[in-house]
Amino acid sequence: MNVEPTRMLTGPGVLRVVWLPGSDLLRGTCHCGAAYLAEGPVEVWDWLLGHPVGHDAAAVDGAAELSAARR
Amino acid sequence: MSSIPTDQWYVAAYGREIGQELFSRTICGESILFWRTGAGEVTAMSDRCVHRRFPLSEAPSRLVDDQVVCGYHGFTYGADGRCVAVPGQTRVPRTARLKSYPTVERDSFVWVWIGDPAKADPAAVPRAPWLASPDYTTVSGMEPLKARFELLVDNLLDLSHETYLHGGYIGTPEVAATPTTTEVDDEAGIVYVSRHMDDAECPPFYAKSTGLTGRIMRWQDIEYSPPCLYKLHSRIAPVGVLPRPDGSDPDAFHVEVVYAITPETEHSTHDFWAVARDFALDDQGVSDFLAEQNRTVVLQDVAALDVLERVIASEPPGYQELSINIDTGGLAARRMLAKLVEPSAAPARTA
Repeated sequence: MNVEPTRMLTGPGVLRVVWLPGSDLLRGTCHCGAAYLAEGPVEVWDWLLGHPVGHDAAAVDGAAELSAARR
Repeated sequence: MSSIPTDQWYVAAYGREIGQELFSRTICGESILFWRTGAGEVTAMSDRCVHRRFPLSEAPSRLVDDQVVCGYHGFTYGADGRCVAVPGQTRVPRTARLKSYPTVERDSFVWVWIGDPAKADPAAVPRAPWLASPDYTTVSGMEPLKARFELLVDNLLDLSHETYLHGGYIGTPEVAATPTTTEVDDEAGIVYVSRHMDDAECPPFYAKSTGLTGRIMRWQDIEYSPPCLYKLHSRIAPVGVLPRPDGSDPDAFHVEVVYAITPETEHSTHDFWAVARDFALDDQGVSDFLAEQNRTVVLQDVAALDVLERVIASEPPGYQELSINIDTGGLAARRMLAKLVEPSAAPARTA
């Protein structure tokens, strides 16, 4: 079942990467609330650490994220 | 440039290793002399006499009433590192003082501050309270690693290697097969990696210590405080048994696996390990089993990382590693370590 673990770190600047169960995709969520779907850890950390570049939109649906990730 | 962060606390020893006799260990390339004063305080200073650099830990140097006497020419130092006597003259040069190191004894460890002593804040020592708690029973040890500390960080942040390197001990197929969640808090200095296996084979390490025979829920929650302290919160329970709504968890077994990753030199590491459990507290057989098993697992890592160090040291720099999903936490740790070494650096791309 692999329930996504509860959010463990509670500080205001936490970056979070969830390996989506049943897929090879990583969903990165910035402390600002923006989210991004990536195909590997280098890509997801590049995006998260690039804050705020590209973080102006709130999390979009997975298909759009993945499309963006693959551009 | 050194890859070892300074202005940091590092575990130098277990408290039990330091008594009222001279004890030396190299931490982050610095040879440090430790002893415990008559009042029970651990003291730490350079293990080199200011005169001709004779190691103060080497016989016939000796400890006499909270003073260390150099075995070469008799320079004598107090517990604060100040020289109190030199041979043949009454005047002791004012500069005759050993470099002393701030220390903190906490949670069974002796921590030493490597860097500017003025910046040492005992409150910043990360905690591992289980190791000295009466509610847990702990077994522990230390193995020397002939590899740079970053290799042990990589190893511990990605536990998928348990499936391959530690099969028959702690590895089962589910570890490598289960996705992780990674969280990073730069301000708090924590990398957190969760892997929750909700229907997994029970490896011998846990089957024999807990008595569980069927399939289990096995939750691994890593909390790494770079550079030195690594904690693996391990929760073992029968399949379907969850913590209660009030947060208590009396039907699960909890094991806190703690590592202190202390660089000895640029290419060698002190690999401190401890296993604390909240069950079978008085069962010496369980203690002996977990100590033997975990030491075996650590030595499997040591053998692999020693090989890896030789490979890396013998090949030209610039090798382009490949990172995949299992490396999400390890990459976060690498980045945090790089920032500790060079705060202005922001090596986002650390593949």
